[in-house]
Amino acid sequence: MNLLSLIPPVLALILSPLLLGVINRVKARFAGRRGPPLLQVYYDLAKLLRKGAVYSRTTTWVFRAGPVVGLAAVLTALCLMPLGGVPALWKFPGDFILLTGLLGLMRFAMVGAALDTGSSFEGMGASREVWISALAEPALLVALATLARQAQELSLTRICAALSEQHWLHTGPVLALVVVALGLVLLAENARIPVDDPNTHLELTMIHEVMVLDHGGPDFAFILYGAALKLWLFAALVTGMVIPAGSLSPWPNLVAGLGGVFLVAIGVGVVESVMARLRLLIVPQLLVGAGALAATAFLLGLK
Amino acid sequence: MNAPAPCLIHNGEPVALSRVPRLSWADFRETVLQACEREGRVAALFGQPLSDDTLRLWAVLAHDDTGQLQLGYTEVGDAYPSLTPACPQTHWFEREIAEQWGVKPEGHPWLKPLRFHPSHRSGKDAWDRAAEVAIEPCVTDFFRVEGDEIHEVAVGPVHAGIIEPGHFRFQCHGEHVFHLEIALGYQHRGIERALVGGPNGRTLPYMETLAGDTTIGHTLAYCEAVEALARCSVPARAQVLRTVALELERLANHTGDLGALANDVGYQPTASFCGRIRGDFLNMTALLCGNRFGRGFVRPGGVLFDLEESRRADLLQRLTAAAADTANAVNLLWNTSSVRARFENTGWLSRDHALALGLVGVAARASGVERDVRAQFPSGHYRFAQIHVSGDAAGNVFARAYVRWQEIQRSLAFLQEQLRHLPATPLQTTPGALATESVVVTLSEGWRGEICHVVLTDPAGRWAHYKVVDPSFHNWMGLALALRDQQISDFPLCNKSFNLSYCGHDL
Repeated sequence: MNLLSLIPPVLALILSPLLLGVINRVKARFAGRRGPPLLQVYYDLAKLLRKGAVYSRTTTWVFRAGPVVGLAAVLTALCLMPLGGVPALWKFPGDFILLTGLLGLMRFAMVGAALDTGSSFEGMGASREVWISALAEPALLVALATLARQAQELSLTRICAALSEQHWLHTGPVLALVVVALGLVLLAENARIPVDDPNTHLELTMIHEVMVLDHGGPDFAFILYGAALKLWLFAALVTGMVIPAGSLSPWPNLVAGLGGVFLVAIGVGVVESVMARLRLLIVPQLLVGAGALAATAFLLGLK
Repeated sequence: MNAPAPCLIHNGEPVALSRVPRLSWADFRETVLQACEREGRVAALFGQPLSDDTLRLWAVLAHDDTGQLQLGYTEVGDAYPSLTPACPQTHWFEREIAEQWGVKPEGHPWLKPLRFHPSHRSGKDAWDRAAEVAIEPCVTDFFRVEGDEIHEVAVGPVHAGIIEPGHFRFQCHGEHVFHLEIALGYQHRGIERALVGGPNGRTLPYMETLAGDTTIGHTLAYCEAVEALARCSVPARAQVLRTVALELERLANHTGDLGALANDVGYQPTASFCGRIRGDFLNMTALLCGNRFGRGFVRPGGVLFDLEESRRADLLQRLTAAAADTANAVNLLWNTSSVRARFENTGWLSRDHALALGLVGVAARASGVERDVRAQFPSGHYRFAQIHVSGDAAGNVFARAYVRWQEIQRSLAFLQEQLRHLPATPLQTTPGALATESVVVTLSEGWRGEICHVVLTDPAGRWAHYKVVDPSFHNWMGLALALRDQQISDFPLCNKSFNLSYCGHDL
């Protein structure tokens, strides 16, 4: 095992809450506000970790397991993700399928915890989460399969390493379609506008937020941290395929990868500032669209 | 059968009780139904207890086409045949009468308590509940849709935002809402009962807080009632300043609402700009009278604060700046397709429903019903300076937002026009003794819609009965209907597009 491979997960562990801070800062600037401090999410996490948790009598171990399993799943997934030319901690053929499986496990744990409360709000949120992810997951898988096909490799690290500017020159449309599809999946999976509104206080409109209404203290800190890591994961995935890994020397390459991750966060902030959230019924159309783009890219890539 | 000649009066015109016809039940019913058939509406329908056995039912019918108000009353015992099946507008009023006085409207299709308080007449209860049974708010039979896949979502009384308490029950199939039932009453303070015997030192504070965001609107309706009964004429300068305050209240609330609508669809720029501009308008009210909500400004006989030259110029300058800011912020809404996609086709309420329910204000105008007290029942300075009635026929969230925007523009133009020159008259006169045994109805167009105060005086010139109808009282049912066959996730948006008052309803 290459010690260098510890860098991407460690960077993610340290910097991922900053991504949310960057998004919030971009949104605030668009809205003419100063916005919360960049480090606000760190403060929130520190505050939550010091708090106690209150558990409803109607909940069982399923409720308590949700945040822990969710965080563990996303941490494991992080070890599969390379960044800026640095190989991932683990790499093996087909690891991207494990990646989607781990994200599915994270969601399953959260949905189980939400249903365990027996609250009509949380049930509603769980139903929406599953409904939307059932459409986002195929899009993600097909997009990853297209990448694998293009790179002629089967592990995330090797895919990212094999993709070069030559691919962009020769099969640019294929990769562009995949980037768009992955971008849409990123917005959906991370509960961002136009799919979900992370800032809303209105339970009836929420998807992700409403599922975690009953969590507090360290449990909620785990959820918040897990969400930040998940955002980092997707940002790293998009960056990994957009910035050709082989072209730069190792350290500038890592800096470029890191910069790419934060550029994705800025992009998310811009998207959230210039458009309203979609009506819930339209969201599946968006995600089916993402799936169609990914499928088109796959077919184009077959030649 | 000859019905007595109808008693037609104008907004703020006092009339002796002896001149109001006492109608037989049949004539009363006929009068109400006929008025409603001709697109008239029930501005107020309420009970005045005469004795333990007799309740006087008053009807105030508004004829928008002629600008006249028709008064009539009849007397009923413990029960009367309900008007609601023939005239749905009276639905909410009859529930109120039943709850307050224990009189049963027989055949009422939806007879449930409205505010969840014991009857005001001991021993009488429309639901025959025993006196010692505690009445819990919103503990009632809710309408239920049965079925395997039907689920019920209960929201409130504690909400996620900083808003007033109210309870909402949704009958849903997945995301689809079949039916919404709204139960209120948590804010009931018993204001109408506390006003009887007044006016006294408490009356004005009550008026200013009937609905905290409509301070000027309600206080104006009250003051005009006192002035009408005292036959006192308010100096022109005071009248202009009152309209300035009322329009500023409208501007602040409409701007805040547009920002809140943007916030509900997750569109940040307009949400935060409008939030700030609302504060600018509130500060203009503070410039006028020292209070951001206009408390302590309007008083019977005039206003308490003058707008001298330097502050007049300051206000005009601030208005010009705010007008430009508002246009920038609000036009972002109309130019962003994702926002329009959310607003259009959401929360549709047809013109027929709006008429049948007797909606008022922004909600009615957005469903193509031209109703505006400022134009149709003008009082004070609105008699001399007209404001064009805004409107949109679409009846959806977009229409309700767009009507607000039209009204913002018109109010701004109106204020800039009126503030250019203020009449040089005193600010106040002192109202004399109030007319005895009289009744007066005053309407004012608050930012939500028509505010109606009905005041009856006793032989000593004190309030024998005081009835307040907040626009929310007419419009809550409109919200419930607008949500039929909508997505439950669109409820907050629909709710905000009506933005009704809980305390104004609960009183």
